[in-house]
Amino acid sequence: MPKEQDLANRPDNTAFTQQRLPAWQPILSAGIVIPGFVLIGLAFIGIGVALFLTSRSIQVQEFDYTGVDTTSSCYMCSSTNVPNCVCYVNFTLTTKFQGMVYFYYALSNYFQSHRKFGASRDYYQLSGDTTYFTAPLDVCIPFQYANTTPIVPCGLSANSLFNDTFKLYQIVNGTTKLVPFDGRGIAWWSDYNIKYQNPKVTPLKDAFKGTAKPVNWPKPAYELDTTDPSNNGFVNQDFLVWMRRAALPNFWKLYRRITDPDYVGGLPAGNYSIEITYNYPVISFNGKKRVVLSNVSWMGGRNPFLGIAYLVVGSLCIVMSIVMLIVYAKFKFPDDV
Amino acid sequence: MFKKRPPPEEERRVRANDREYNEKFQYASNCIMTSKYNVITFLPVNLFEQFQEVANTYFLFLLILQLIPQISSLSWFTTIVPLVLVLSITAVKDATDDYFRHKSDNQVNNRQSQVVIHGSLQKEKWMNVRVGDVIKLENNQFVAADLLLLSSSEPHSLCYIETAELDGETNMKVRQSLSVTAELGDPNNLASFNGEVVCEPPNNKLDRFCGLLYWRETKYPLSNQNMLLRGCVLRNTEYCYGLVIFAGPDTKLMQNSGRTKFKRTSIDRLMNTLVLWIFCFLVCMGVILAVGNAVWEVEVGSRFHSFLAWDLPVDNFLFSAFLSFWSYVIILNTVVPISLYVSVEVIRLGHSYFINWDRQMYCPQCNTAAEARTTTLNEELGQVEYIFSDKTGTLTQNIMSFNKCSISGRAYGEVIDPMAGQPKRLDFSSFNPLADPDFCFYDNSLLESVKLGDPHSHEFFRLLSLCHTVMSEEKKEGELVYKAQSPDEGALVTAARNFGFMFRSRTPGTVTVTELGRPVTYTLLAILDFNNIRKRMSVIVRNPEGRIRLYCKGADTLLFERLHPCNHHLMNVTTDHLNEYAGDGLRTLVLAYRDLSEEQWEEWAENHRQADMSTDCRDDRLAATYEHIEQDMMLLGATAIEDKLQEGVPETIAILSLANIKIWVLTGDKQETAVNIGYSCKMLTDDMTEVFIISGYTVQRVREELRRARERMMDIRGGAEDTGGGRDLPSGGEKQQQCPPPPAPPSSTTLDSISGEFALVINGHSLAHALEADMEGEFVWTACACRAVICCRVTPLQKAQVVELIKKHKKAVTLAIGDGANDVSMIKTAHIGVGISGQEGIQAVLASDYSFSQFRFLQRLLLVHGRWSYLRMCRFLCYFFYKNFAFTMVHFWFGFFCGFSAQTVYDQYFITLYNIVYTSLPVLAMGIFDQDVPEQRSLEYPKLYEPGQLNLLFNKREFFICIAQGIYTSVVLFCVPYAIFSQATQGTGEPLADYQTFAVTTATALVIVVSVQIALDTGYWTVINHFFVWGSLCIFFSIMVAMHSQTLFSIFPQQFHFIGSAQCTLVQPLVWLTITLATVICILPVLAFRFLKLDLKPQLSDTVRYTQLVRQKKRKPAGRCMGGVRGGAVGVAEGRLGARGGSRRSGYAFAHQEGFGELITSGKNMRLSSLALANFASRHSSSWIDTLRKKKHSTTHPPQSASGESSPAPSYVSGSAPPLSNSSSLLGGSQDTPPEDGTRTPPVTLPQMAPGPHINTAPASVQVLSAGILTPTSVRSAGGDSSSGWTLSLGAVQEALIGWRGVAARISGTSSPGLPPNPRKQTTQCEMERQTDGT
Repeated sequence: MPKEQDLANRPDNTAFTQQRLPAWQPILSAGIVIPGFVLIGLAFIGIGVALFLTSRSIQVQEFDYTGVDTTSSCYMCSSTNVPNCVCYVNFTLTTKFQGMVYFYYALSNYFQSHRKFGASRDYYQLSGDTTYFTAPLDVCIPFQYANTTPIVPCGLSANSLFNDTFKLYQIVNGTTKLVPFDGRGIAWWSDYNIKYQNPKVTPLKDAFKGTAKPVNWPKPAYELDTTDPSNNGFVNQDFLVWMRRAALPNFWKLYRRITDPDYVGGLPAGNYSIEITYNYPVISFNGKKRVVLSNVSWMGGRNPFLGIAYLVVGSLCIVMSIVMLIVYAKFKFPDDV
Repeated sequence: MFKKRPPPEEERRVRANDREYNEKFQYASNCIMTSKYNVITFLPVNLFEQFQEVANTYFLFLLILQLIPQISSLSWFTTIVPLVLVLSITAVKDATDDYFRHKSDNQVNNRQSQVVIHGSLQKEKWMNVRVGDVIKLENNQFVAADLLLLSSSEPHSLCYIETAELDGETNMKVRQSLSVTAELGDPNNLASFNGEVVCEPPNNKLDRFCGLLYWRETKYPLSNQNMLLRGCVLRNTEYCYGLVIFAGPDTKLMQNSGRTKFKRTSIDRLMNTLVLWIFCFLVCMGVILAVGNAVWEVEVGSRFHSFLAWDLPVDNFLFSAFLSFWSYVIILNTVVPISLYVSVEVIRLGHSYFINWDRQMYCPQCNTAAEARTTTLNEELGQVEYIFSDKTGTLTQNIMSFNKCSISGRAYGEVIDPMAGQPKRLDFSSFNPLADPDFCFYDNSLLESVKLGDPHSHEFFRLLSLCHTVMSEEKKEGELVYKAQSPDEGALVTAARNFGFMFRSRTPGTVTVTELGRPVTYTLLAILDFNNIRKRMSVIVRNPEGRIRLYCKGADTLLFERLHPCNHHLMNVTTDHLNEYAGDGLRTLVLAYRDLSEEQWEEWAENHRQADMSTDCRDDRLAATYEHIEQDMMLLGATAIEDKLQEGVPETIAILSLANIKIWVLTGDKQETAVNIGYSCKMLTDDMTEVFIISGYTVQRVREELRRARERMMDIRGGAEDTGGGRDLPSGGEKQQQCPPPPAPPSSTTLDSISGEFALVINGHSLAHALEADMEGEFVWTACACRAVICCRVTPLQKAQVVELIKKHKKAVTLAIGDGANDVSMIKTAHIGVGISGQEGIQAVLASDYSFSQFRFLQRLLLVHGRWSYLRMCRFLCYFFYKNFAFTMVHFWFGFFCGFSAQTVYDQYFITLYNIVYTSLPVLAMGIFDQDVPEQRSLEYPKLYEPGQLNLLFNKREFFICIAQGIYTSVVLFCVPYAIFSQATQGTGEPLADYQTFAVTTATALVIVVSVQIALDTGYWTVINHFFVWGSLCIFFSIMVAMHSQTLFSIFPQQFHFIGSAQCTLVQPLVWLTITLATVICILPVLAFRFLKLDLKPQLSDTVRYTQLVRQKKRKPAGRCMGGVRGGAVGVAEGRLGARGGSRRSGYAFAHQEGFGELITSGKNMRLSSLALANFASRHSSSWIDTLRKKKHSTTHPPQSASGESSPAPSYVSGSAPPLSNSSSLLGGSQDTPPEDGTRTPPVTLPQMAPGPHINTAPASVQVLSAGILTPTSVRSAGGDSSSGWTLSLGAVQEALIGWRGVAARISGTSSPGLPPNPRKQTTQCEMERQTDGT
């Protein structure tokens, strides 16, 4: 035997260096794969059924008020450019609208997902940093300065704030009764409490001194909600909802919830009318505007696709497992005889 | 004369001891600098170098694009972070390398040397030595610069050097100074020496130097014989003085250290092609999306202006589309991730370390571990198709051992009794205290006959102790060291020594031998030296009694002609013995003597003197006189020397050839030696149909011989087809018609269908013709149709040419393995060069990509490491491209929903970190650690190697499959959230489909899908894999939550505006339902596909893996597999004896060089200082003899052997039809009979291992074969002498190869797919068979 020092270059005998680490070596054996497919299939079918049924139970009312159609009451508003043009959408609920009702507006063919919508905003401004009130970031171009006055809030996203307003009336025996909307808490908690902050200046108006309102806005930011002083500036709920941009060109945005004690169990069956203050032009780009009433379940709003997708995938798993079983049986078992 | 040194120096003038004069020429100083950078230049130079890489420049270009705000779809840091990471990793690596270069430079530059200044010796650092200085060197010192040898301590001013670092040759070389300078002697004289040397400018020719020394108005020509080159080591010389001619970078050593050519693997090239394709694909997508953008701008955007105005420079849709194109180039660039190249390097580095760390490739004898010297070629080790091997030192140990002998008709050395087990080694020490303890001999009868005083035996060993040119050194009484010119001679003289005829010393005129303890001094009258044509050498000695005798040893063919007729009977007996020895692959020599009368001697001596004096045709006349006296000799006997194969060579060759690797032996040795070795390492077997020998000297001859070989192959194959598969193949005749292939080589299918039962031996001089442009096609075709190819007498250049030829014609991956300087060209030419770090210096190792010390490690390097590397690399690449397509293509689909505005789907931090953090480690772990089957299995089932050769695991097809899968995943990852989110709301009623939720959901789904996919792809889950996979997922979630946290937002609101998204999104059940759905849709089809593929079309590795699994379960209760294996091994070992028939192959193996006799008789090399010798001998005590063998390689003998007259294509085993028809019918049977039949009669009808009929599935046959293949390994593991334990089983293994084809064919066919029905039963059966084999 050679002496110890003669083996100086001998590699270490460890499991790692000798590539003998203990290892789990899974193999796609029939005993795992086929039952696995069956289990996944069954689970998916189960979830799918649950989702599908839940989704079926959700009620949705949806009304287009773009006014393209000449018969629509909003046709007038869409064809002319009158500010604060008012039109109505009437509808009848044949059954009670269960639970808390959510009121949405929906836009289609509207590209909030465009890169510039995301980029063209100044989060320093929006988080209440007043130094950026006087010098907004370049990303806000072309809505950085109105002539030479800095725009607050600057940028495309803010500028295009959706400004139609809605009121819902219940028609009870020919008389209209306002269904009160609740505008609180419709934005993300983190948006409202962290991301968007008004400058710590009271009154708020002072902070906006020397700045211009966005070009399209009729009113400056600090006057967005005349009824509720705390709902102004960057923490205005409608503004927050708008600024959380949609991922897809067709989107809903939450407008209000109905939390009024009178309607706490839902909207009773009957006739309703939505009063729309029509401001937002969408006809030019073939956009569509809708209002949507919906209630939600644990899984959110109505979503038939999810349930069906689960059912389909689940069934395919089962089919696949049968196919695999046949293949396995055909090519494995005869040899054993 | 005094011209300033212009860049190309035209001649060099050096005046000794005159620094002022020499400084005028501004010669380079002796300071060397191999480092590339210093502290200041590092950053710019290194960056400059790195940006010469296309990939880096590409990313720099992207970075610049991102700085343009109108284009920038991503923040600049998404590119710069990975780029900086990559650049810094490389920079750190370069810096480390350079640091070590600095260190070694410093070490070398600061070595001490002694310079003669003003008559005294002063110590100087190497770097301060100047051209023109006279320096003193002492024994065992490195030569500091290229010196002109002035004088030395030795007589005749000789000086011995070892040039291992220069040319890899470890034998000593002699240098001699000019006689005028030799007298200078002491430092005082040397200081006044003022000769001027005018010589050639610095160059890299190691063996050439020409110059003139002007001294005392006389010119003396200088040659290489007077030079000591930097890098040499002074040996056996107490001291010497030299004049520095070239220093530092001008030395031949430094001039030779050019950068080696950078080798790339085929995967590398494929990868580059693919990256190029992907780049084109990227551009296409960019164009599509840009067109989309143009259309969108016209159709929608233009009317949407009140909300979405163009940026300032944009004024029309075309410009917008143009910008959009670049924006998309930026966001889609992740299909070619920068981390690809880095990851590949990391993986290869890991694999290299595994090679370095492999204990089973560590040689304890020489304390050398395997070394991956290049870290970039590992996966190519898994694709080798051709191995080109050197013989000496690679296949053989180049240790000769006296194995057998025949003394006057009686054979000694064969231990006949196999039942006695391991024969006992003879102990000579009691008989002869001066015996060499390393000498091995087993036959006691020889020793007995010597002891009994058998005169023949005595004369036999006397001859061996007298007739040689060995030098002996005896520093202490009884410590004899022989320095032989060839290892054969050393072995013979050592044998004589052990048997009591000890060669003690010689002078030019005498030889002193201790004969059985009695010193006898013979007068050496003449040495009739060896040369290539004579193939023999003789000495003429006068013994103390005054009797003159000629002793001769030489090749049987030549000696038998010169024997006295009365030896006829003895000659026949000896011939039988010789045949036997040759059959065992031994190198034989015949010994004879002749008594000379005083008159005869006088007369001959006179003739000899005249011939010696003659000026014209001296050699011829000398040869004639030699011829004259070497007549009428009396036969004494024959010796057989074993050219010891390296351990495990035949096993390795067998396993490699089972792995479909073709092995060519390229050797400088003679044809006979090479063929002998071919037989002993089982490349050639007696079962072979035919061995073609190409040895023509003219183009026509070679062409003719090649043609005949081909025709023979065609004929035999045609015949075999008729007998074997004729009934099923009526078209056999047609095939035959296309047989005589004109210069255009036939299609490869024809070629492959020839069963490789042929071998080709080609001589160097014929090879020269065969390599000519018009014949190389024919040659390649013929050679590749043979199972074994041996090229003998090839020059180093030819070695490289052969490799080049195969590279060119076969498009196959080649590996060259060798150990000497003569293999360097071949090692550099082949795709992979392997150096054996043996005894022949380090030149081959330095040029190689991998080095280890034993040929047998090659099987592990290829079949285990190479296979794994290839597998891992392929899996890695597949997955890598997949994950990046899955990741990036989502942007493409999203393009249709964001107005083609280059809006990214994900958060920019996710994009930055996806490749370098979230998904890099699991795939790296897989790429480094994955294993499909354990290492033992890849050696047991060499066929597992085949996918690599066929390039099955990663090719363009696989790439497209990965891409398709990636695109599919991206579609799912986009569409599922799209379909679900478009209407969905959260539980609080807020719509889900906001961008940030969508981004978080898609990113999470993506990370989960790719993690599940890597989990599926990983076949070998070590702790590290678990850690990385789960760790990556955890890291993803924690980083995401951290990025979306309030803290970061409050610092950088503009950058971290995803605040709260993760927290808000990931609590939504709907999001998780979406992610689950997407994952399942992505993964399940893959799973199903893989499962079905496993069932319907299992790969061999799957089958092995499966049976392995079953076996593991099986082994837990009963551990009897080992026993079975061992049993098999014993069976094989027993079967060895008497197995060899042995066709007549006489090997003249007198590896020797001419001219040593002259050196002896002139007495020039007679003195070596005892001090130097002691030093030398202690250094080389064990391997001194082997080091001399280098001579053989360094001389390339002129093509003058007599073999040219032999018939054009002599076939050694001509007409041995039975084995052939047997094997081909086997082959035919397995191919032609219906599968059911085939399964009943396994194609392997190996009597000693396959009592097969009851084996009825393909995998079972595989197992049977594995039993056969397993045995050699187990022989070794059981501790037996492997080279002997192998003999018989090899034939079986080779036949198993044929069987394998049948098995493989059936495995790949759909007829009997699937794994064994009841694997437990199968394995049991197999084990039982092994046991029966064994007993």
